Amino acid sequence: MYPIISLSITGLLTLFLGFADNKKLVFPLSILFLLLALGLSFVDWNAPGYYFNGMLAVNNESIAFWAIVIVTAILVLSLSEGFDRIEFSQPAEYLAIAQFSLVGAIMMVSYNNLIMLFLGIEILSVAMYVLTGADKRNLRGNEAAIKYFLMGAFATGILLFGIAMFYGATGSFNLDSVSDLMQEGSADALFLWIGCTFMLIGMLFKVSAAPFHLWTPDVYEGAPTIFTAFMSTIVKTAGFVALFKILSSAFNGLGEVWAIMFAVVVLLSLVIGNLGALSQSSFKRLMAYSSISHAGFMLLALLGDHNNALSTILFYSLAYTLATISAFGVLLVVSKERTENGRAYEKIDLFRGLIKENGFLTAVLTISMLSLSGIPLTAGFWGKFFVFSNASGSDFFWLIIVAVLMSAVAIYYYFKPIKEAFDRSGELSTIKINSIFKIIFGITTLGTIVLGIFPDLIRSIF
Amino acid sequence: METQLPAIPDIIAQVPLTNYILLASILFIIGVVGVFVRKNAIIMFMSIELMLNAVNLLLVAFSSYKSDPNGQVFVFFIMAVAAAEVAVGLAIIVMIYRNIRTIDISFLDKLRG
Repeated sequence: MYPIISLSITGLLTLFLGFADNKKLVFPLSILFLLLALGLSFVDWNAPGYYFNGMLAVNNESIAFWAIVIVTAILVLSLSEGFDRIEFSQPAEYLAIAQFSLVGAIMMVSYNNLIMLFLGIEILSVAMYVLTGADKRNLRGNEAAIKYFLMGAFATGILLFGIAMFYGATGSFNLDSVSDLMQEGSADALFLWIGCTFMLIGMLFKVSAAPFHLWTPDVYEGAPTIFTAFMSTIVKTAGFVALFKILSSAFNGLGEVWAIMFAVVVLLSLVIGNLGALSQSSFKRLMAYSSISHAGFMLLALLGDHNNALSTILFYSLAYTLATISAFGVLLVVSKERTENGRAYEKIDLFRGLIKENGFLTAVLTISMLSLSGIPLTAGFWGKFFVFSNASGSDFFWLIIVAVLMSAVAIYYYFKPIKEAFDRSGELSTIKINSIFKIIFGITTLGTIVLGIFPDLIRSIF
Repeated sequence: METQLPAIPDIIAQVPLTNYILLASILFIIGVVGVFVRKNAIIMFMSIELMLNAVNLLLVAFSSYKSDPNGQVFVFFIMAVAAAEVAVGLAIIVMIYRNIRTIDISFLDKLRG
């Protein structure tokens, strides 16, 4: 609960820092504020309880997710490398909005009442709409912002209609009392069915699972790279925990109804995400389709045994986050010097000849791509392994076979950037990376490998 | 512990709950259709607001018939959040208008794979 309060206050403070003449202070102070929030998260460690009249439920699992979300934000925002980029012409505003968005993410992973779910989603989403359009003069950024905004607001409307119908059926927004009602089976079946369906659709929109993924490639491509990294990691992690909480408590008595619907969504996400990525030439679009397919994998974990699902999601989102930060970080560094039509060049062949220019960046990119495709000895492999072992207890064994086939397809497109990087025919201009970037790449790459060798490190927390 | 729900006032009971649900559903569907059919960003935006207000009506109706104030509290949250969303949404639309002098979203086709 404390990080919510501290981030709200420090977010406002950051806004005021924007008035100062020396804007160089804003960035280190924001990182300090995030570290403060990270420290305060652990005040409630081993002291589970409810806050704000049972609105928020805090336990060790949710604190672990708070820590992931805040650490991700620190790593991603550190990639902003000073303020020479156009989207950072007003650093204080963007860093403040990033802190506010974390408040939403924290509420989404620890809500115990549907009001808090709605508020968390909205705080996170509204902040992301602003960050997507951060590059005001860029038409692609504008297009991404309006698409994200219209789709996101539409999804919110659908989610709210679901919540209203759910309220009509059960008479409560509280997850605990709702799940008691569901066990008794005393809720109105028609309203309940409509409510659950609409709520699921709204949530699936937010985590960009197929067939509700249509906004993802455009938004990922158009948004400034650093905020693409921000939304593909934080929004995804928070969204999946929110989805898990709703499925494991409120929808508990529903069983079959959502399981079949869910299986279809998993199938579509896996197929559309992986087959869609095959033909992409833009690296950011490739990552967008890869994020759709990873949504499919994470949903697969939710289909199985609920007792292990949360730690599986924790591991998977950590693995995905580390690899994604590396990938977008390398893109940021390499694409800085190359422009096309007044905009950073972000095609996959951008990486051609990277091995000649900078071996370190090649290694970072290679390990991140290997982890995303699920090659052993990286965190991504164990993420997929835990998902499959979790889902094997469910009735949908055929889905696991589809998922394995699709991860074989995925290897093809994840190797495209690696192939380009090792292609010695290309010529790249000199790449300068500063020490902050080196530290971040070190953390993410080492994290990927350490989790790949000792996967029990994370799962032993619970 | 069984608490006795207070009786629904007559003035509310005169209109059956089904009517409210039907009206809210119709408003919601008009909103959904508006988002899909119209190309003007402002009109799409208005349609989304219509969806949110349909939800508000639905929540208030359920809340009255269940004699439970939670639903009405939720409506206040939706209104506040919708206002914040309007501020951001209109800012985005103004930003686009400054760049391309139109808010017809069919002119926004720079992003494709």
